Amino acid sequence: MSPSFYLILAALLFAIGVIGVLVRRNAIVVFMCIELMLNSVNLTLVTFARVNGSLNGQVMAFFVMVVAAAEVVVGLAIIMSIFRTRRSASVDDSNLLKY
Amino acid sequence: MGNVIAASGVASTAWLLLALPAFGALVLLIGGRRTDGWGHLLGVATIVLAFVWGLIEFLHATGLPAAQRVQNLHLFTWIPVNALQVDFGLRLDPLSLTFVLLITGVGGLIHIYSIGYMSHDRDRRRFFAYLNLFVASMLLLVLGNGYVTLYLGWEGVGLASYLLIGWYSDRPSAATAAKKAFLMNRVGDVGLALAIFILFAKLHTTQYTQVFAQAHTLSGGTLTAVALLLLLGACGKSGQFPLQSWLPDAMEGPTPVSALIHAATMVTAGVYLVARSNPIYDLTSSGRLLVVIIGAITLLLGAIIGCAYDDIKKVLAYSTVSQIGYMMLAVGLGPFGYALGIVHLLSHGFFKAGLFLGAGSVMHAMDDETDMRRFGALFRRMPVTAVTFGLGYLALIGFPFLSGYYSKDAIIDAAFAQGGWRGWVFGLAAALAAGLTAFYMTRLVIMTFFGPARWKDLRTADGGDYHPHEAPAVMTVPMVILAIGSVGAGAYLTLGHRLADWLTPSLGALQERTSGGSLSSGAVTALTLVLAALGVVVAILVIGRRQVPVRRPEPVAWPIRAARNDLYGNTLNETLLARPGQWLTGALVFSDRRGVDGLVNGIAKAFGGSSGRLRRLQTGFVRSYALSMLGGSILLIAALLLVRFSG
Repeated sequence: MSPSFYLILAALLFAIGVIGVLVRRNAIVVFMCIELMLNSVNLTLVTFARVNGSLNGQVMAFFVMVVAAAEVVVGLAIIMSIFRTRRSASVDDSNLLKY
Repeated sequence: MGNVIAASGVASTAWLLLALPAFGALVLLIGGRRTDGWGHLLGVATIVLAFVWGLIEFLHATGLPAAQRVQNLHLFTWIPVNALQVDFGLRLDPLSLTFVLLITGVGGLIHIYSIGYMSHDRDRRRFFAYLNLFVASMLLLVLGNGYVTLYLGWEGVGLASYLLIGWYSDRPSAATAAKKAFLMNRVGDVGLALAIFILFAKLHTTQYTQVFAQAHTLSGGTLTAVALLLLLGACGKSGQFPLQSWLPDAMEGPTPVSALIHAATMVTAGVYLVARSNPIYDLTSSGRLLVVIIGAITLLLGAIIGCAYDDIKKVLAYSTVSQIGYMMLAVGLGPFGYALGIVHLLSHGFFKAGLFLGAGSVMHAMDDETDMRRFGALFRRMPVTAVTFGLGYLALIGFPFLSGYYSKDAIIDAAFAQGGWRGWVFGLAAALAAGLTAFYMTRLVIMTFFGPARWKDLRTADGGDYHPHEAPAVMTVPMVILAIGSVGAGAYLTLGHRLADWLTPSLGALQERTSGGSLSSGAVTALTLVLAALGVVVAILVIGRRQVPVRRPEPVAWPIRAARNDLYGNTLNETLLARPGQWLTGALVFSDRRGVDGLVNGIAKAFGGSSGRLRRLQTGFVRSYALSMLGGSILLIAALLLVRFSG
């Protein structure tokens, strides 16, 4: 299989993630879209590691996973507390930090 | 100018002259209400003691040979700042000692009179504190041995007069008059201060001895500038044209204040300043000419306005303005007139103080009424006041062989002796003013002491009847003493050139008129007497023979209207000084608000406004931030690719 399929798939996933972040209001869905973008990048990294025959890309993907896991922990905690206080998970509702 | 020697013996204790009244003022001001019971006695005692001490100094000085009569008493180093070394010291010479006797003598009598005059005032103690402060400042003014010490006394006198003019501070007119006097004095003080600055810049000293010794090294322009600035100071303090209008307003103060400050002492400070600075004025004939011109204008102005007023104190005030004009004219004549000016100053000190005390006595009797139209026939009710006032009046109009005859006649004679156009112009102005003086003073005496008793049909301000009565002895005795001075002082001082010779070490020898002059001495005397007699006769015919209306007639012919408006002196000051000043401040405020403030506030507003717009970008919507991040990333990547693949 040509590596370009993987790359195209990764680009598609990334684009879906971006659009999801931009258009969806639910914080959980936005969060999942961010995860989707991270994983599309991981896929790209692994693909290039395979193409180049080096392990650097795969190691990098592990780093991303670790960071993503940590981020999910913190992010979900924030979303939970926002939901508890405001009874809403919409990102547009939590817009107090502004001019 | 004789040489100056260091003071020794009795002269070295001359600081007591200053210390006594200053001590009195300090005790009375700090002691407060505790000293109410005996405050007035302390006030009188310090002045009387100062007079006695001044007399001792005077007798001591007369015992010295003429060459040793100018003494310098160094007290302490006052301002030691690098090049500016000002010593605090006293100069004891015939001129200053003469003034000391006048100030403490006449001042002492007025203090005694004030015990009676102010007896109903709750704050009599404070009044005496201010009087003592005034006398101390005036003594410092005349005794100081340099222009800076003079300036200190000058300002002290200004402060004391402000406090005393505004004595009845519950009256808005008194408060305004005090403010006006203070402000107009400041105009003159600026001149004096600038003169001192110039002297220091050019000569590096402000002590009289050094300044006078080096005055001839100054250039002509500098000398004239100093002379004119000193004259400005003198005009402010002495109520000379164009700064004369504060003096009549200053009559808002209690009458003893008018007598002490605005007749006998403070207003003579300008004459003293010019006479004291005689080595400077000797060197600048143009400066002297201006002094004469100012004096001539003022003496005519004062005499003309004096004819129109109905307020007894204002008439006397304008009479003072006019008489000080005579003194200015005299000292402006240089060596011909310095001593004559001082002689007239002394005799004027006697008779004008006496006249003011007499006016105060009349006011005291007439429920503080000052409108002469409401007086009349007071002669029988208050004979002592009437007689002493009459003697002062005769002295003022130059009745033969009384004070004014000797002192004023000599000035008119010296003015005519100038010769040429100056002799005619200044001589005739002075003689004409003598006639006017006779007119307005006769008018005043007739309206106050003679004619029908107009007050009988009138009510006082409180609605009661007038009960004119003679003043108590504590008030009449000073009046009697001053009346004796008014009668005898002129003859005593001038016959045999007694005062002129005594003043020679300070002022230089009095120069006699040489041949020539516009009129001979005899003709001048005759002219003056005729004009004065004419003034008296006209006044008797116009005022004495007719009924004096109680309300002042309106409307009147334009000369009277102009005179009632102070010959537009206030208007002149307002147009020349006040309005341009207001315009200037208005323009400055405008340019400050619109220019300086506008620039600063404009910059601040521009930043404030633009940041107000910019912060609207912070919407708080996470998704719009995400979009801008996306846009930014795309731009960055596009730029990166462009750089990577274009080259």
